[in-house]
Amino acid sequence: MLNDFLTRRSFVKLGFAASAVAMTAPAALALTTGEATALVDRVVADINKVISSGKPLGGMINDFEKILIRYGDVPIIARSALGADARSLSGSQMSSYTKAFQGYLARKYGKRFNEFVGGTIEVQDARQVKSFYEVRTLVKLKGEAPFAVNFLVSDKSGKNLFFDIIIEGVSIRLSEKTEIGAMLDRRGGNVDQMIADLKQAG
Amino acid sequence: MRAVLTLVLLVGVSGCAKNHPAVGINDPHEEANRRVHNFNRSMDQFLLGPASEGYGGVIPSDIRVLISNFSRNLGELSDAYNFLLQGKLKNSGIAVMRFGVNSTAGIFGIVDVVEEFGGPDNRTDFGETLHVWGMAEGQYEELPFFGPSTSRDTIGFAVDLLVNPYTFLNFDSVRGIGILAYVVARLDDRYNYSSTVDSVLYDSADSYAQARTLYLQNRRYRLGIDAAAGGSGGDAFEDPYADPYIENYSDPYEDPYAE
Repeated sequence: MLNDFLTRRSFVKLGFAASAVAMTAPAALALTTGEATALVDRVVADINKVISSGKPLGGMINDFEKILIRYGDVPIIARSALGADARSLSGSQMSSYTKAFQGYLARKYGKRFNEFVGGTIEVQDARQVKSFYEVRTLVKLKGEAPFAVNFLVSDKSGKNLFFDIIIEGVSIRLSEKTEIGAMLDRRGGNVDQMIADLKQAG
Repeated sequence: MRAVLTLVLLVGVSGCAKNHPAVGINDPHEEANRRVHNFNRSMDQFLLGPASEGYGGVIPSDIRVLISNFSRNLGELSDAYNFLLQGKLKNSGIAVMRFGVNSTAGIFGIVDVVEEFGGPDNRTDFGETLHVWGMAEGQYEELPFFGPSTSRDTIGFAVDLLVNPYTFLNFDSVRGIGILAYVVARLDDRYNYSSTVDSVLYDSADSYAQARTLYLQNRRYRLGIDAAAGGSGGDAFEDPYADPYIENYSDPYEDPYAE
C-alpha cells in the first residue's frame, strides 16, 4: 500500500503540491500588523469623516452601516452573536437574520455617533493575537478622559476585515451575543419572530 | 476597623489561588440578583434618572465638573493606599501628589490642576488590591443602589468605604459634605452617560444579563486580565473563526447571500 502510494507519479504530484503550498503560503498568511493597522486607519478615517460631516442622525446611521459592510465581517459577527443557535437556522433564515442584524447594529451604534462630534480617534499600535490582530486606538472626546477602542482584524474571510470592536474591554460581539440570546429566549426560541423584531430594534 | 482589615487579609490570603483566570460568568445566585436588579432599575427609573435630568438640566456643566472633581479628590487617598498595597509605589506617589496639589492649588479639589497640565489620573480600589494579592473574582453580585459587583469587589468596596476618611462611615466633620458630593457626582455620571445607561437598562431584551456582561468584561479589562498575555481571561479573544458551531458549516464564507 505504501509502495503503491509512493509510486513515482504520486510522489511527483505530492512534491508539486508541497511546493505549490510553499509558494502560496506567504500569500495565505499575508495579514500583517501593517495591513491590520492600515485597515483600521481607513475605518478611523471614514468614521472621523462621518463625525465631522455635521449630517443629521439618519445620515450618520446610513454612513455607519456602509462602514460596517465595507470594513467589517458582518456575517461572522452575526453568526457569532447567535452562538449555538446558528445551527438550527435554515439558509434563508440565516440570510434574513444577517441582514436584520446588520441594520440593527448600524442603528444601535450609529445613533451614538453624535456623542463623538468634536472628538477624534487615533490609531496607536497593533499586535497579533492567535490568528488575528488587535489594533488599538484611542478615542478622545471633549471633556472626557481618553478611552481605548480596539479592533480585532482577521483575513479568514478572504479579505482583511474587522470582526469585533472592543471598547474599554467591552466586546460588541460578546455583548450582542447576550442581547440576541435574550431576544430569542423572550420569544421562546422563535427565530422568525426574533428576526422580525430585530428589524425594528436598535 | 483593624478587625475588618484583619478579616479581609485572612479572606484574601485563604482565597488566594494565583492563576485563576476569570472567564465566563459565575452567577449561582441569579434569582436573588435579578430581584436586586429590578429594585435598582426602579430606583433609576423613578428617582436617579429624573433627579439626574433635573440636576444636569439646571446646573451648567462647568459647575457640575467642579463638584465631581471635589468628590473625586476625596477618593484620591483610597487610590494612594491601594496602589501602595499593590506595590505600585509610583502610582501611589502620584495619587498623593494629586491630592496635595489639587487640594491646595485646586481649591479643595474643585479644579483638577494636575490633569490640566496633562498629569496622569489612574484609579484603583481595594477590589483590585485583592486581585493583585491573588484573590479570585468569586461570584457575580448585584448590590442594591451600587449595582454590579463580584464577591471580591464587594469586599473591596466595603473596605474602601470604611478606610477612606471622607466616605460614609467615618464620623467626622467632613463626612456630610463627602457623602453629598458623592451622591451629586453620581447624579452627574448618570446625566453624562444617560444614553448608555438608558440603552442598557431600558432598551435591552434582558437588562440584567446585559449589565452583567458589560460589568464583567470592563472590570476584567481594568484589572489587566489579558487573554493574549497567557490567561484565558478575555472572552473576547475567543476566535470566532474557530468557533465549533461555526465549523459545523463547511465554510462560513460560503455566504448565505450567495444562495
